Amino acid sequence: MTTRIIVFGQLTDIINSSELALDNIRDTDSVVEELNNRYPALVSAKYMIAVDKQTVTENTILKEGSTVALLPPFSGG
Amino acid sequence: MKEDNLFERYGRQMILKGFGEANQQKLLQAKVLVVGAGGLGCPALQYLAAAGIGTIGIVDNDAVSLSNLHRQVLYTTDDIGLPKAEVAASRLRRVNPQIKIVSYTIRLNVSNALDTIREYDLVIDGTDNFASRYLVNDACGILNKPLVYGAVSQYEGQVAVFNVSDKKGHKVNYRDVFPASPKNGEVANCEQAGVLGVLPGIIGTMQAAEAIKLITGIGKPLLNKLLTYNVLTNEIYDVHLTVSSAGKGLAPQDEASFLAMDYSDGCRAEEGTVVEIDAEQFKGISKKPSAVVIDVREWGESPLLSNFDYQQIPMSVFRENIAAIKADTIILFCQHGIRSLYAAEIVEEVFGTTKNVYSLKGGIVKWSDELV
Repeated sequence: MTTRIIVFGQLTDIINSSELALDNIRDTDSVVEELNNRYPALVSAKYMIAVDKQTVTENTILKEGSTVALLPPFSGG
Repeated sequence: MKEDNLFERYGRQMILKGFGEANQQKLLQAKVLVVGAGGLGCPALQYLAAAGIGTIGIVDNDAVSLSNLHRQVLYTTDDIGLPKAEVAASRLRRVNPQIKIVSYTIRLNVSNALDTIREYDLVIDGTDNFASRYLVNDACGILNKPLVYGAVSQYEGQVAVFNVSDKKGHKVNYRDVFPASPKNGEVANCEQAGVLGVLPGIIGTMQAAEAIKLITGIGKPLLNKLLTYNVLTNEIYDVHLTVSSAGKGLAPQDEASFLAMDYSDGCRAEEGTVVEIDAEQFKGISKKPSAVVIDVREWGESPLLSNFDYQQIPMSVFRENIAAIKADTIILFCQHGIRSLYAAEIVEEVFGTTKNVYSLKGGIVKWSDELV
């Protein structure tokens, strides 16, 4: 099972792309764990998580074809 | 207002299917407060005024600077140093003399936010820092005012509508998206991260459109949705928001707990609540009737100044005497801008964030050509 991960704002600077794919990821906690391992700067970054365009606040099981989005807060005006 | 005037000015939108005179009347009766007259606020204000929002409030305690002009399109090079809220108000009165424009040259804080917002039907968040965003969000939550949120960073912007129930009766606010304000330096602001000038133009215009939709009831406003727009790819990504118990726990639940909140430990603390200004801004802000200019040098220090009115409260007796100052805008200066910055911190200790405090950066020595 492949999960599409998309990131926004300055998170794209951390992972050097706006999108990546992760294989055999079961839930959102595992997404965070895997990304933190690959991109240590992400550990201290602030963002919210959406699965298939729905915000999640707790660990969420992923389905085949799910897209996980990481959205940071913007302050600029 | 005469009927024919109404149609002449607003006819192009009144003839729209689903809009009509009834919706134009709703706009004319609406009161909208725009907090922050910067990159987001300028375009939002222009379109709201042009569309005929009957009463528009503008909150901004900042002065126009050269670095604003690439995105804050209400201002011209001649406006540098002048208070944004007042310049914006005078421009908008020329755009539409038939509506009421109220300018507030203040920074919203816990003691003035509720009274200011209470007067309006809807609020547009055009602020540029997290402390103000959480303050505006929480105040709107307590007063149950619809809030049209917008924010930008680099090439991307966000828009959402908060505090308005969807068909199922659900409503969210900024704390449901990001429960707690980021700490110092956790997230870069425009000054640090940059922003393409046209981007806040697009996002601020979208905020004006959401406000018009909410007031008239046309279309589908972004209820419980956070929309992200990328100007480089033209991609739009909208996320459905749900109530977060963490956010609810951190938000003040009533006016008393709001008044006791401390919003100063967000990004704003890093920037400092004291604003350091140059000679142009000094001249602009000191013209305000509510402003007082204070020399914090000791008695007998020179040069003495005669080009503007000021009073002297030397640093040695500053703390004892500052409490008597009634003006809500205080501009401090000294020889090099170091003592005045320290004095500004004392003003904040004494008054909290109830006053707008400015310090002349570099002092009289740096600006002797302009001020002496």
